[in-house]
Amino acid sequence: MSVLEILNCGPATTIQDGGRPGLSRIGLPSAGAMDQRALRLANALVGNPPHAGAVELAFAGLVARAIGGAMQLALAGAPADIECGGRAEQSHRTFILHEGEELRIGAMTNGIYAVLAIAGGIAVPPVLGSCSLDARAAIGGLVGRPLRPGDCLPLNGRATPFVSRWSNAVGLDPLVPIRVVVGPQDHAFTERGVQTLLGRPFTVSHGINRMAYRLQGSVIERKPGIELISDGTLPGSIQVPPDGYPIVLMADRQTIGGYPKIATVISADLGKLAQRCPGQEVCFAPVTAREAREIACQVGVSDLNVRQGVPPGLERYSSPDALDLEAIGNVADAVVDACDVTTWEIAAAAKVSRVGPRNKDA
Amino acid sequence: MNLSAAVLEFADEPVSGLLAQATLKPVGDCGLLVEFGSHICDEVSRRVLQLDEALSNEKIHGVVEAIVAYTSLLVVFDPHLADYDGLARRMTSLASAPPSMRAKTRRWRVPVAYGGVFGLDLEDACDRLGMSPADLAAAHAGADYTIAMFGFLPGFAYLSGLPSWLALPRRASPRARIFSGSIAIGGSQTAIGSIEGPSGWNVIGRTPLRTFDAERYPATIFEPGDNVRLEPITIEQFHELAARAESGEMVAERVA
Repeated sequence: MSVLEILNCGPATTIQDGGRPGLSRIGLPSAGAMDQRALRLANALVGNPPHAGAVELAFAGLVARAIGGAMQLALAGAPADIECGGRAEQSHRTFILHEGEELRIGAMTNGIYAVLAIAGGIAVPPVLGSCSLDARAAIGGLVGRPLRPGDCLPLNGRATPFVSRWSNAVGLDPLVPIRVVVGPQDHAFTERGVQTLLGRPFTVSHGINRMAYRLQGSVIERKPGIELISDGTLPGSIQVPPDGYPIVLMADRQTIGGYPKIATVISADLGKLAQRCPGQEVCFAPVTAREAREIACQVGVSDLNVRQGVPPGLERYSSPDALDLEAIGNVADAVVDACDVTTWEIAAAAKVSRVGPRNKDA
Repeated sequence: MNLSAAVLEFADEPVSGLLAQATLKPVGDCGLLVEFGSHICDEVSRRVLQLDEALSNEKIHGVVEAIVAYTSLLVVFDPHLADYDGLARRMTSLASAPPSMRAKTRRWRVPVAYGGVFGLDLEDACDRLGMSPADLAAAHAGADYTIAMFGFLPGFAYLSGLPSWLALPRRASPRARIFSGSIAIGGSQTAIGSIEGPSGWNVIGRTPLRTFDAERYPATIFEPGDNVRLEPITIEQFHELAARAESGEMVAERVA
């Protein structure tokens, strides 16, 4: 059995898959990849089932070594510079790491989360139906914690030969509005408060991790004297604490929340929000529940735009926006402070020592 | 009929004004929230649990699960398989059906060591409530509780039924970590803790029961709606039961 040995990685490097939905009623978030589009795409590139377990990188890169045989890999989501056995490789394209060779992935050059899939998948036993790490419950992943240098990921044997594949990149346009369905507790806000959420731009703060993204911007006005009772949350629930700044709950959310929820990000757009870096803008756009369902169903049929072979001619793909890849990343859903201030600083520092040549418009 | 904020009338039951209506609302593209009033009370909680049970008996295609809370049920569904309007109609009819008693209420006797090293805030709580530690433990253990919901941490069970005179404001500064299985009071609520975690609640005791264990099936012992009695035990009994629980034994007694 071949093994991917982790030689170096960021503090929020975890194994994630489609998540463990269905257990929120006992307090377990569904966890799973923060950008389900990236998970599905990385898996499709290496010929794995769409929600197979893969390595999720947050901000920081990774250095690893192949032991016991060659392996085929693909990185999707946030782009990064890749050096594989000394060869320069690219995101959203398969590459082969030979026995004994080193894989060096630099810090993300845009976005936050990248998913590294390995053909055949990672051989870790599912816990409650999923191999996704839930750091708070200390379950899933390799041994219930984020990956660290020295860990060896056992890989499933592969039955088929390696096939070269490529795809367009996951859309990371920082200006695309994030669509929401207003409610369920919009009544706890003044009309002006709701209009602030929908009409004013917000900025991603440094307070972001796999549980929640805190946003900054205009204060959302609440109605005085509304009594609030804790109730169920979903990934995408936008809570507004007394300070008036929205908090969007993410994959590792608390399943019960006591702050009023002014709106809910639709599942197709949650992965897009997950990729917004501290300092980037977020604008919310309202859709009805019916429109939200139509969008979710389109995601399912358009599926992945993965092609065999290598991209024609150029190293750059046309336009990431032309890609009809969307996320299911919804109910799929786990406390790794992926992106707190410290991590962000570490990642920012790591960018200085990025490996390989940098693509100028990555 | 626009069901995006449907209001149901319950004519068949002599209920208080608080219970007179349920409200349905969409939560994104994967959720449907059924709210029963805006005040925590046993009748409302019962209503939520009845709807949860009715929903689970119904086995509706596309429904993933339902998150039980004090006054609401959040139905989670797969938008590829179910749509809000159709599901809202089903939930409306389920919520309108005359409430029946739960087929069987499960009852548990849960051992709890009050005070000592496990009751970090027991002395302080006694000062604030003007009771002796023995009286507080007896009063807390003497109540009849229902598992109202899970949340905060996996398997963390919020109980309804805390006597109102035992209500205590949360601590001014939360603790970063308290023992697994801690029994605590936070405001008008009390809870049976699960795994270690942060807490701002007043910790008065600990159960040796492993309320959450991912390696066990089911991972949680309790279900929303279960009836719970707390049984005071000594520290020595705690350690003995904890050792047995560690080896996989169930140390809570199911009495019905």
